[in-house]
Parts: sequence; C-alpha cells; structure tokens
Amino acid sequence: MITIDTISKKYGKTEVLNVENIEIPKGQSFGLVGNNGAGKTTLFNILLDLIRPTTGLITNNNIVVSQSEDWKNFTGSFIDESFLIGYLTAEEYFEFIGDLRGMNKVDVQKFLGQFSDFFNGEIIGKKKYLRDLSKGNQKKAGIVAAMMGSPKVIILDEPFANLDPTTQIRLKTIIKKLTENKEITVLISSHDLTHITEVCERIVVLDKGVLVKDLKTSTATLKELESYFSV
Amino acid sequence: MISHFLKLEWKQFFRSSHWQKGIAIKIVMAFLALYFIVVFLAIGVGGYFILKKQFPEQDPLQMVNSYLLYALLGDLIFRYLMQKLPVMNIKPLLILPIKKSKLVHYVLAKSSISFFNILGLFFYIPFAVVLMIEGYAISGALGWLFAIILMIQSANFLNFLINKNTIALGVISVVLASLIGLQNFGIYDVTALGGEVFDAIYTNPIYSLIGVVVLAVLYNLNFKQLKNLVYLDEAVSQKVVAVKSADLSFANKLGDVAPFIKNDIRLIWRNKRTKTVFLMSFLFLFYGLIFFTQETYKEIPAMLMFASLFVTGGFALNYGQFIPAWDSAHYKMLMSQSFKYRKFLESKWILMVVMTSFLYVLSFPYLYFGVDIFLMITAGAIFNIGFNSLFLLFAGSFNRKKIDLNKSGFGNTQGTSATQFLIILPLMVLPILLFWLFNELVGANSGYIVVAAIGVISLLCKKYAMNFIEKKYIENKYVMINAFGKEA
Repeated sequence: MITIDTISKKYGKTEVLNVENIEIPKGQSFGLVGNNGAGKTTLFNILLDLIRPTTGLITNNNIVVSQSEDWKNFTGSFIDESFLIGYLTAEEYFEFIGDLRGMNKVDVQKFLGQFSDFFNGEIIGKKKYLRDLSKGNQKKAGIVAAMMGSPKVIILDEPFANLDPTTQIRLKTIIKKLTENKEITVLISSHDLTHITEVCERIVVLDKGVLVKDLKTSTATLKELESYFSV
Repeated sequence: MISHFLKLEWKQFFRSSHWQKGIAIKIVMAFLALYFIVVFLAIGVGGYFILKKQFPEQDPLQMVNSYLLYALLGDLIFRYLMQKLPVMNIKPLLILPIKKSKLVHYVLAKSSISFFNILGLFFYIPFAVVLMIEGYAISGALGWLFAIILMIQSANFLNFLINKNTIALGVISVVLASLIGLQNFGIYDVTALGGEVFDAIYTNPIYSLIGVVVLAVLYNLNFKQLKNLVYLDEAVSQKVVAVKSADLSFANKLGDVAPFIKNDIRLIWRNKRTKTVFLMSFLFLFYGLIFFTQETYKEIPAMLMFASLFVTGGFALNYGQFIPAWDSAHYKMLMSQSFKYRKFLESKWILMVVMTSFLYVLSFPYLYFGVDIFLMITAGAIFNIGFNSLFLLFAGSFNRKKIDLNKSGFGNTQGTSATQFLIILPLMVLPILLFWLFNELVGANSGYIVVAAIGVISLLCKKYAMNFIEKKYIENKYVMINAFGKEA
C-alpha cells in the first residue's frame, strides 16, 4: 500500500531522517516508535506531502504523494492540534471535514453515532469551541475526524498521548477493528510501548532518523523494545 | 525579588513579537509611535497658547480645570471597555515560592504603568511646564500636576474594582449623562464645580494630598479583592466564550464553495482580530466624509478618487491582504485534505466581492454630495470588485507570516510583512494615477471610465487570473506550511 523509498531530509547540514526502504502492505497496522527527534513526525509529514524530502519518494497506493494529490481522497490523518480549526465547534468541524470528504449531514451524523462511547459525552453538544476543549478532548475530535469518509489509509501521530485510560483502551479497540478485515492500513506512532505492541502487527524503531529495528510483533516484542530503550 | 520581576518585564517587552519583526515594519512602527508622541506633546505645549488666543479673557488653567471632571469620567468608561488587569502573567509564578501578596502587589504595580496611565501625561506634563514658564506659581502647578497623576492612578484602580460589575458602568454612564444634562439645560453649573476643585488645588497645593488618601484606599481595596482571587478558577482563568451558532445553511446554495464560505463567516465572527477587521470596514465607509466635505479637496479630484476607493474597499483591503494567513493555524490540515485549491480561493473571493458590493449599497447616501462624487465611488467599487479582490488573492501567495487569531485586533501587526506595503502600489496608486492622468489630459468622464474599465476587464479575465493565482499558491505550498508552522 505504502512504499517508502530512500527518504531523507536534511536541514542545512543536519540530517533528521534517512530511511532506506519500508514497504507497508495493505491492511497492516504499522507502529513507529523512537525517542524525541527520531524523525517520526517528519516521516509522517513527508508521507502527507506537508514537507518535501531531500531525496526519495513515497508512494501511497501507487500514487507518488509529491506528484499527485489523489492520495488525499483515501488518506485520513491527525498529526497535532494544528489540524483542528480552533474557532469551530466539534460538530461544525466534523461537518466541514465531512463536506470535503463527500459526506452529507446525515452521513456525518451516522458516522459520529459509532463513536458516542469514544467521545464519552464530552465532544458533541458541548457548546464549546475546539480551542477551548482540553488537550485530550481535542485529540478525540481529531482522531475521529481522521477516520471520516472511509479512508483506506489512516495516519495518527501519538494518538494515545493526553487521552484518559478509558479512552486509550477504547482507541485500541477501534484501531484493532479497523485493521480486522485487512482493508485499512493504519500508521501510528507512540511513546507508549505497551499500547503500540498491543495494536500493531509490525513495529519500526527509528533513532536519530535512521531505521534501527523492524519487528513483527510477537510476545517477545515488548521485552525487546523495553530492553532497547532502557539505556 | 523586585529585580526578578523587573527582569521578567524587560524580557517580556523586548522578546515580544513586536520586536521580532522585519526592519521595515520596525521603522514604520517607530514613526507612528513618534508621530503620536509629537502630536500629544504639541497639544500639551500648544494647548495653553491656543486656549489663550481663542479665549483671551479667560484663564487657560481654569478652562482646563473645568473640563477635568468630564475627562475623568470619559477616561473611566474608556478604561472599563478596554483595560484589563494583566493577571495572566503571574500564572507561571503561582507555584513558585513567592508570597501571594507579593504577586498581587506586582500585578497592581504593573497596572499603574500601563499605556492608559501614560498617554494622558503627554498632555498634562507639558501643560504644567508651560504654566510654570508662563509665570504661574511653581508650587501650585506642581501640586496640580501631582493631583492629576493621582487622579489618573485612582481611575486606574477604580476601574479594576468596577470591572466585573456592569451596574457600576451603568452608574458612571448615568452620572456622566446627567452631568452633561444639568450643564446643558443650565440647571446646575457642573463645570464650574469641577473647575473650583482643581482651582483650589492650584491655590492650595496641600489639598492634593487628599488624592493620596483616595489612591491608597482604592489600592488597598484592589489588593484585598485580588488576593482572594489568585486561583486558576478565579482571576487567573482564561475566559471561555460560550458558542454562538448561527444557521449558515443559506450558504449551501453556493455548492462546492459552501463549506469554505461557512468557515470564513465563522472565522470572521468568532475571532477578535477578524471581527475588528469586519467592523472597521464599516468605519471606512465614512472615510469619504473627511474629503468630500472640505472645499480644498474639491480642486484635487485625484484625492477624492483616493477617498472613493476606500469607501467601498475597507473590507477587501483589510481582510484580503492577510489571505491565507487567516487560516495559518490549521493550514497543514487543509493541505492534507482532498479539495481543489480553487474552491478555497474562490470562497475568499466571493466574500470580498459580496462585502464590497454590500458596502457600495451602503454608500448610496453619498449621492448627497452630488453625482460626480457618486460616480467616483461607483468607479472605485467596480475597481475594488474587479481588480483589487483578484490582486489581493495574488498578493496573498507571498504571505509568510502566521496570524494567531486569538490575539486582539487593535494595533496588532501580526502577519504584516513587506507584502502589505508593496501591494498598496497597484491597489491604490495605480487607479489614482490613471484617474488623474485621464482627468487632466482627456477630461470629461474619462477618469471614471478608465478606473471602472480596469475593474470590468479584470472581472472578465477572472478565470485566467484565478488559474494563475491557484498555480502560485500550489507552488508555494511547502514554504507556506513551514512559515505558518512557526510561532508568530
């Protein structure tokens, strides 16, 4: 589904990312871990054509992301709060994204209905602008918006951060369900090793922009990651 | 401790975004600041002589004194609307080992050197100096000035006491209105009473010490009130505005552009800065009054053309020059969504055209000044709709400065760069120059026709222009994402 081909990014002389080759097949749940500055967000930004790589190409469903914009039709993403429009209410934001993704008001209502547990009554009908919501609730809105319009690829940067325990567990269920039928490819990054080993079938570790581990998740993976990071 | 606070203030001031600007803006801002200081100084120094010349048989000091009471009340209302206690600054200090009372003193002391308290001094101090030079008693003039400063400071602290109290504003407004009423209908001479108080201070400077007592009492009340409120859910809390949702489904008729139009309407209405821009565009409507009412400008039609462009162009100019920086906060998200960039631009264009047309309708009363003026406004409106709205979109592709929508609108130059100064040339100078040329050389109505014609031609070429503009935006996508991601 997604091919990352010799992607590197340099700012001046410092190289922040240099990834040889990663092939992500359709329906895979792909996890990205690494300490701060490992290049996780940079990689996602390049994948979304928000940053141009210094070298290399990324193809998303056979579309080179920097050459055509057609990948946008089947790719949903949430990177950070700047993906939200602060002066809208959650409902208005979902309606806006829905409009862009070809959903009418009824579709949006129906879609949001599935997430009433996930929202836990804190998002819809709150009479609050998104900028006034707590960090966790902003994240909930952003994650759900990324799933609108039945995308084939979903990219979430640190989706577990700032969420309360109950919501973390619910999010894990949602992600597992997404990749159940091997139809939807999910890419997430996280600092929480337990969560990511639980939901991802494959985990890639980046360190200072370089791929250092590419693991197929098994019962031993969590131990291996913990020993890797406990230096 | 105080030195710590002062250091913080110093850094806050010099590291604020005002100083992180390009050199061009710094120079312009410095000139503006200088201009206002000079104007106030001129009024302060010249005020005495002007009053003396206009009313030779009256004492200028007594005249000023007689209106001080109104100045005080007006000042209070102005403060009530504009001035807020700078209490958010202490949030990071709350958890540090600093006594609460110290923090409160810091906040209050900081408020007493605010802009609101300094501005008036540019008038009062030079006025007092002139008084002394002109042979008034030095002790009297100094006492008078001292009393004035105490009065300003008292107003400062009185404002914070009543700030949370709408009733207090009502009382002050009623008092002010009734004082003016009493004066106007000759029931009671309020000005004289106010004057006598300050005259008395001049003759007996010792009376100014009463002001010290008043100030001390007000400061103390503030201190007591605030000390009990230094909690995150009290004074040190960010206000959350309740949502005001309006039904915007009428915009759905616009088809593909509708989501963006709805978004833009909400953008304008729900953010301070954009709201200011929106309301300012109605003030621009009155711009013509300054020019059309004066005989001198009747001789220079080019100046009238200048005013005419502004009458209908207020919104397009003020809003258009910052496209797409208004959306800078969520620009990344927009760029990862699937839509034609054209739609995004089209929505901004429609907004500018609709608002300009609306302002044009509102400008119909200018017919009062004659058909010539009205033709000028019409030509200006056509130019604004046809040429300016497209040109502003084009110029927007050069915008590289983020705008933080949550910051207030007045005097906010965030997002300003050289672009904003350069675009004035084609927007304003071009039509005026053409108008002037044709008006002088060809005469008759050719000036209007040329200006309007440019507008019509641009409108006809809209499709091509939009193609070009869209390409420009797409070319600059990465640079813009990068620039908008940086803190403003």
